[in-house]
Amino acid sequence: MSDPNGLIQPGNAAPGFTLAATPDGHQIGPEQFRGRPVVLAFYPADWSPVCGDQMALYQAAAPVFDQYQAAVLGISVDNIWSHRAFAQARGIEFPLLADFEPKGEVARRYGAYAPWGEAQRALVVIDQNGTVVWSYLSPPDVNPGADGIFDALDRLAQQGVMAR
Amino acid sequence: MSTPLQVTARLRDPVTAEDHARGPVGAPVTVVEYGDFQCQFCGAAYPNLHEMLRQRADSVRLVYRYFPIANVHPYAERAAETAEAAAARGRFWEMHDWLYEHQDQLDPVHLSLGVEQIGLPPDELDAEVQSRAHADRVRRDFVGGIRSGVNGTPTLFVNEVRHEGGYALPDLLAAVDAAANA
Repeated sequence: MSDPNGLIQPGNAAPGFTLAATPDGHQIGPEQFRGRPVVLAFYPADWSPVCGDQMALYQAAAPVFDQYQAAVLGISVDNIWSHRAFAQARGIEFPLLADFEPKGEVARRYGAYAPWGEAQRALVVIDQNGTVVWSYLSPPDVNPGADGIFDALDRLAQQGVMAR
Repeated sequence: MSTPLQVTARLRDPVTAEDHARGPVGAPVTVVEYGDFQCQFCGAAYPNLHEMLRQRADSVRLVYRYFPIANVHPYAERAAETAEAAAARGRFWEMHDWLYEHQDQLDPVHLSLGVEQIGLPPDELDAEVQSRAHADRVRRDFVGGIRSGVNGTPTLFVNEVRHEGGYALPDLLAAVDAAANA
């Protein structure tokens, strides 16, 4: 955690951005969800063979994210067409954002870019005011699950920070 | 507030009388499986878990919890709710076994035949599944699993500690024997 270029840490303002979410160029970013917790799930690539796919898991957990009114955004350096095919194959309905041009720009700003040219497998939870409250870097080949995210969302809810 | 190191995941929902368990109640080792009836990896693990229980009949109990990833496996949720409908009639494990032994026959028509095959009324079960009578139970298992760090299926917890090894019979036997001797 002493690495100044490492993953963004709690207490920092979440860098603002928007990225293309659909082939028509529709732009989505965390600031559009102010007032709600936002979960950024950086991941190395669509189609990567992590057994028990992380994005498919988050889709299956969508009703639980809804209980926290949390917005989930998946982010990789893949382009929108790859994202669209991947989302269709896995039944993913939350936005997958294309950090494609300039490549990995958003991942770099969050300290979640890997030198081999992909996003790291990294989770960032942002509170309703835009402050990072939890982050976690997973080995690329390990699906980190969602328990850490929900623990962070629980703490937010307990602090009464959540808009209700 | 940050979590720099993930500690070994532990089961957060203890086993209760409402769980579906197979094996001696007082067994020193309890294996909790989070599974998806349409998942091929669960299907591959099924005969090994079965054989593990046979070889460790006095020391191991298996608990099954539902973890359907419905967006990837379109029949998984229906299969889980059908198993729960069978459970309401005391026939959970027969249904569980049929489902894992017929993973290529989980479509509604064949599933109905399976229900009939194990001696339950298909129309009655189908009506319960249609009305989502057992959806809450399946959802509860799923949410409990997610909170315990389940990230895919199958995921096993051996005496509440997540099993990080493989699902071949020797791996399973080694894991339960280690827990029994701990």
